[in-house]
Amino acid sequence: MNGEPDAPGPDVDARGLRCPLPVIRLARLATRLPPGHRVLVWATDPAAAADIPAWCRMRGHTVTVTDEGEHAAYAVVLGSAPD
Amino acid sequence: MLAAVEEGWADPRRLHAEARTARRLLDEAREIVATGLSVRPPELSFVPGGWGLPTALSGLIHARRRVGDVVVASAVEQEQVLARGASVVPVDRLGRVDLDQWSYAVRSPGVAAAALQSANGEVGTAQPLPRAHAEARAHGIPLLVDASASLGRLPAPVDFDVLVGEATSFAGPPAVGLLVVREGTRWALPGPRREAEFGRAEAAPWVPLALAAAEAWQQVAATREADDALARALVDRIRATAVGIVDVEVVGDPVDRLPHVVTFSALYLDGEAVVHDLDRRGFAVASGSACTASVLEPSHVLAAMGALTHGNIRVTLPLPSITPGLEAQVAAFCTALPDTVTALRVAHGVEDL
Repeated sequence: MNGEPDAPGPDVDARGLRCPLPVIRLARLATRLPPGHRVLVWATDPAAAADIPAWCRMRGHTVTVTDEGEHAAYAVVLGSAPD
Repeated sequence: MLAAVEEGWADPRRLHAEARTARRLLDEAREIVATGLSVRPPELSFVPGGWGLPTALSGLIHARRRVGDVVVASAVEQEQVLARGASVVPVDRLGRVDLDQWSYAVRSPGVAAAALQSANGEVGTAQPLPRAHAEARAHGIPLLVDASASLGRLPAPVDFDVLVGEATSFAGPPAVGLLVVREGTRWALPGPRREAEFGRAEAAPWVPLALAAAEAWQQVAATREADDALARALVDRIRATAVGIVDVEVVGDPVDRLPHVVTFSALYLDGEAVVHDLDRRGFAVASGSACTASVLEPSHVLAAMGALTHGNIRVTLPLPSITPGLEAQVAAFCTALPDTVTALRVAHGVEDL
């Protein structure tokens, strides 16, 4: 994806980070964003494939996962406030 | 055990007097374990530890090689089952196999056998064996039940064609595996017929080990119901403690499960860090997380259930007979756990997320 000039970069680039860091980076950004906002995360850690959807379930967010080859892309749409 | 070494050292397949004594002792051991499993003695073989599952699979697949070699298996089976190019049936959030998809999978073409655990040793959830067996049987598919996590802890399974277990799961010696092939089940190993254990093992077991396994079975069976009640009460206490901590999810079925296993995941924590902190406080627990460099893949069981794989902790309660003060240890653990989780979250700056 890096070679395409107009390809959108991620909001959270967690490539190379091990669990639980991808979820922590995502959660930290999410605390500053309103419900309905969309956050794009790139991650390479196999644990993120389970943990990002599990975190979304616990927090009431929705997620769509796409396999981008080198990494996975997680498009998270924030639900209502976590608490 | 020492008497068994004195008397049972000989090869039980030989004809001299020591060998006859060894043969008698092995028959006694087999009779005890077979009775406990409600099977006939010739249906039970002692195999080397860890060899029950691969041997059971080889025999089932070879016997049905003209039909196919696909093994239908739940997504939470042991890796060595899933690695055989299995047709993987998903589980629900509690870790229980999806019976509709199981039923669909066992009637697909090319299926040699189906494999299902009696209960999962990592999260404790028990599987619906009667219905899974009935579905498989209706389509002529033999069911292999992996009881290695539940033997001695739950009533022995009855819904199976082939059963495997390990003596260690009922506090028996290491290196003793159990393999039961019900009469009438199509089962045959490739290659020349094996000499020992009704054609299911390369060599006769070392008789003192088999006797020790039988002895362990008798002791565990005698107190199983009381041990079960105590373990469930203690696990319920740990579950309640874990549920009470913010962003800790308990994993697995709360009721239909192994009595002595409880698993939970703490959001934003590295499982290894929790293990080390609890170890420092004197508690030995395990983790299905993969946050350290030693393991790349997280627990496939947790992932299949849609559970958090990081911050994961598994507590396996030992049998009370070999652990004096078990209740006091659990009480101390329940006091320490919230402190551990809170302290680690503060240390990593994630307590506000």
